Amino acid sequence: MSSSLLQPRAPPSLSSSSSISGSKPQWRFTSPPAVTFTRRARNSTVNAKIREIFMPALSSTMTEGKIVSWIKSEGDVLSKGESVVVVESDKADMDVETFYDGILAAIVVPEGESAPVGAPIGLLAETEAEIEEARAKAASAGGSSPPKIAADAPVAASPPSAPVAAPPTPAAAPVVADGPRKIVSTPFAKKLAKQHKVDINKVVGTGPFGRITPADVEAAAGITPVKSTPPPVTAPAATAAAPAKSAPTFAEIPGATVVPFTTMQAAVSKNMIESLSVPTFRVGYPVMTDALDALYAKVKSKGVTMTALLAKAAAMALAQHPVVNASCKDGKSFTYNSSINIAVAVAINGGLITPVLQDADKLDLYLLSEKWKELVEKARSKQLQPHEYNSGTFTLSNLGMFGVDRFDAILPPGQGAIMAVGVSKPTPVAGKDGYFSVKNQMLVNVTADHRIVYGADLAAFLKTFAKIVQEPDSLTM
Amino acid sequence: MHSAISLSLSSASPITVRSYDGAGSSSSSDLFFRNNSAPSQLRFCGLRREAFSGCKSSSNAVLLKQLRQNMKISASLSGNGTPSKGFDYDLVIIGAGVGGHGAALHAVEKGLKTAIIEGDVVGGTCVNRGCVPSKALLAVSGRMRELQNEHHMKSFGLQVAAAGYDRQGVADHAENLAAKIRNNLTNSLKSLGVDILTGVGTVVGPQKVKYGKVGGSGTVITAKDIIIATGSVPFVPKGVEVDGKTVITSDHALKLETVPEWIVIVGSGYIGLEFSDVYTALGSEVTFVEALDQLMPGFDPEIGKLAQRVLINPRKIDYHTGVFATKITPAKDGKPVTIELIDAKTKEPKDTLEVDAALIATGRAPFTQGLGLENVNVETQRGFIPVDERMRVIDSKGELVPHLYCIGDANGKMMLAHAASAQGISVVEQVSGKDHVLNHLSIPAACFTHPEISMVGLTEPQAREKAEKEGFEIGIAKTSFKANTKALAENEGEGIAKLIYRPDNGEILGVHIFGMHAADLIHEASNAIALGTRIQDIKYAVHAHPTLSEVIDELFKSAKVKNDVSCAVAEPVAV
Repeated sequence: MSSSLLQPRAPPSLSSSSSISGSKPQWRFTSPPAVTFTRRARNSTVNAKIREIFMPALSSTMTEGKIVSWIKSEGDVLSKGESVVVVESDKADMDVETFYDGILAAIVVPEGESAPVGAPIGLLAETEAEIEEARAKAASAGGSSPPKIAADAPVAASPPSAPVAAPPTPAAAPVVADGPRKIVSTPFAKKLAKQHKVDINKVVGTGPFGRITPADVEAAAGITPVKSTPPPVTAPAATAAAPAKSAPTFAEIPGATVVPFTTMQAAVSKNMIESLSVPTFRVGYPVMTDALDALYAKVKSKGVTMTALLAKAAAMALAQHPVVNASCKDGKSFTYNSSINIAVAVAINGGLITPVLQDADKLDLYLLSEKWKELVEKARSKQLQPHEYNSGTFTLSNLGMFGVDRFDAILPPGQGAIMAVGVSKPTPVAGKDGYFSVKNQMLVNVTADHRIVYGADLAAFLKTFAKIVQEPDSLTM
Repeated sequence: MHSAISLSLSSASPITVRSYDGAGSSSSSDLFFRNNSAPSQLRFCGLRREAFSGCKSSSNAVLLKQLRQNMKISASLSGNGTPSKGFDYDLVIIGAGVGGHGAALHAVEKGLKTAIIEGDVVGGTCVNRGCVPSKALLAVSGRMRELQNEHHMKSFGLQVAAAGYDRQGVADHAENLAAKIRNNLTNSLKSLGVDILTGVGTVVGPQKVKYGKVGGSGTVITAKDIIIATGSVPFVPKGVEVDGKTVITSDHALKLETVPEWIVIVGSGYIGLEFSDVYTALGSEVTFVEALDQLMPGFDPEIGKLAQRVLINPRKIDYHTGVFATKITPAKDGKPVTIELIDAKTKEPKDTLEVDAALIATGRAPFTQGLGLENVNVETQRGFIPVDERMRVIDSKGELVPHLYCIGDANGKMMLAHAASAQGISVVEQVSGKDHVLNHLSIPAACFTHPEISMVGLTEPQAREKAEKEGFEIGIAKTSFKANTKALAENEGEGIAKLIYRPDNGEILGVHIFGMHAADLIHEASNAIALGTRIQDIKYAVHAHPTLSEVIDELFKSAKVKNDVSCAVAEPVAV
């Protein structure tokens, strides 16, 4: 590589200008009407001069270039000869200078993306007044990424005055306002705010000393931080635990924010849609838990958890009713599973995953409890291996700890049944002798695939399960 | 017999190579024994078995006895074999840092009876609180960076689960490295027979040094020549309250007792830059506070610009330039660290930062207090000891103080460990009768960020200034790491090498490298400058392919030296 390639900066072909007058047809604008209106007004009064910044040809062999970084950001004032952007050619990175004074109105090709030589990569406005127009042009030029739209929404909703200067204090004051608040934001938070076009003044800081952290900005921008490869989920969903809170409303409500799914949430969503193709039915059953509670009190100190007890009970019942542990893979046959693997639904910040207790019928309570602790820890640190969350043959979902008395779970595709467990609470029960007594009762509700599991099968399974729970000595054997 | 011993010893232990040379050149058997057989007896015993495997065991024992006796005798002698009659030592060095160590090693090689005075631990700043432990931290940060960069890993086809670290483990690595290097240094001094005198050294008069505890009576020794090599300490500006926990200097930071979520680094020189590399790799966010208008002052502007694009902008770093931190208060009573900033020019208050920690990296101040300089009529300048180009100390009247030298950070010429060492060697050359002037322009410097930055000689603005003054033209050549096979194989194409030269005679004025292993690549250029090699000659040197060194090879090849000028002509061509 010869030095001469690096030396000339900004070859003449580089930022040649083409004036774009404000004569673009109005229908090209894609923003809400209110904004378009003011734009039209502006267009008619200002003799707009917007120049395009082109991808320069940095070498004779260069056909396209990649934007390494924008040295200037949108809204920055540029003076002639200043470096604006760094472009990577097939040979080297070079600073590209502007030939005109003005304001960088819009970045058309963001950092990390490529554009062919001669394509506009940014727009330079002569005055502040033209920035809006330039931005609209940039938007209509296409290629604006979805997050940008999301982030732009609040801006469009606010009055279109003062387009560049810091927007006025938002109507909804972000923090209990005791006088003018000094906004403290961390370096990365500022960078993210700039990148996602979030007004840092509107972000509520939740970090130490009320400072704005990167997470706060991401939340404001509607981005869920990408953690290292969240394992895909083959997951069930208890309706209440389902993460898809943003119910799709088809009428657009101003000010709404769109939060894209994380990988895990997307997997849940996909599974939920798939579950619709399975004909399911539900059977409920009351189970007395006094004996189980007494056992739990005894073994709790040894590290046994309620989850392990229930999983063990379900596994033992399944051992007697293999059809409930089966699955229907092709709609033509039963697939009887050789082992009983109890998947247990676990909600983890905004997601849902089902760590699997393998061979739950064969392991004793203590091993099972230990295994469970290990799985939960792995789930928390996102280190579950695929076989640890997708090998379930039956799922257990428990919302009892929230006080839920009964609920109905959606059957995860590929399994025969899922059990939804409610809270165990003192309930007046009429005995066979006709006397009332108060017993701890919990309602379990099983959803099953009716192609393979029929009502009587499920009823029998539930009866066995109730018997095991009500006489739990067998659990400890 | 004698030569047989020395040969086998030297071949068996790398440290003794030097002493062998020393013995050979001085041809004094006494000296040889003294220097070699000193405290590390055990090691030599182990080696001896091998070395004397052909000898009878009885003669072996006799020899051992001889060695011991000789050592004893030499210790009681003074000025032994050298012309410096009436002195305890030929050379006394105050300060056992890298500078003092380098000088001592070379002095032994030259046959001088040498003592080194150290009031703290051997190794000084570099080994204990500077270059060495920081390299351990940077080694960690480099790996973290790589492992965290999913894109980078993916481009290799590698899959790595989320990388994490154990802070104490990282801190231990730094501490262990420092301890290891410190021991190596101590052992090398001991094995060469350099007397390590513990205590604070004070110059009490011409050719006289006292050492001992501060305030104690101490021991006075005489020396033909004295080298002051007391180094420096972190400079803490006025108004900054260092508590060692939330407001810290590099001394504290290297212990890595905490990894704050957000840390301000005051000063964006190479110390600040290296720490920003460490902290951001470990998950901290960093804010630089720089008094000058540009980050990374002191680097070639073009390199600085590229470095900023790679080392600052994409990382969790922001910065305030052109501001002074006038007041820094540590975190206490549930309040964060506060840093008051004023405009460097207008002195107007500008901002107050509230962060978790602050690292003061505003440079280093010479450590020259209590040296007894008044006894030889020397006045420090801003703490630095004034010296001439031969490191001879200059007194308050502007005259040279005979037999007194100052090397390293204490003279402020070039505050780098290897510069101190080079200065020490230069002084030893002089006191052993050979005039020597060190060319500071040939001393390379490096900043061990990821990627690294290195430089030698002049920056482009400095070269242009010099060219204008002296009336010559300069040429600039640049090569990119993007075109280098090895760099691309490592997926580390980011980088540039820049050569500033004289097209008229092919002289290398400066070389600046930013890119993978830049710190290792610079030496081809620094050696060329030191030896006066011209571009038209070095460009024919062959480099192995594919290696990163080809970046430098291309750099030399792309320089355009006027070919009618032969290398013998040093006359500048008038413009």
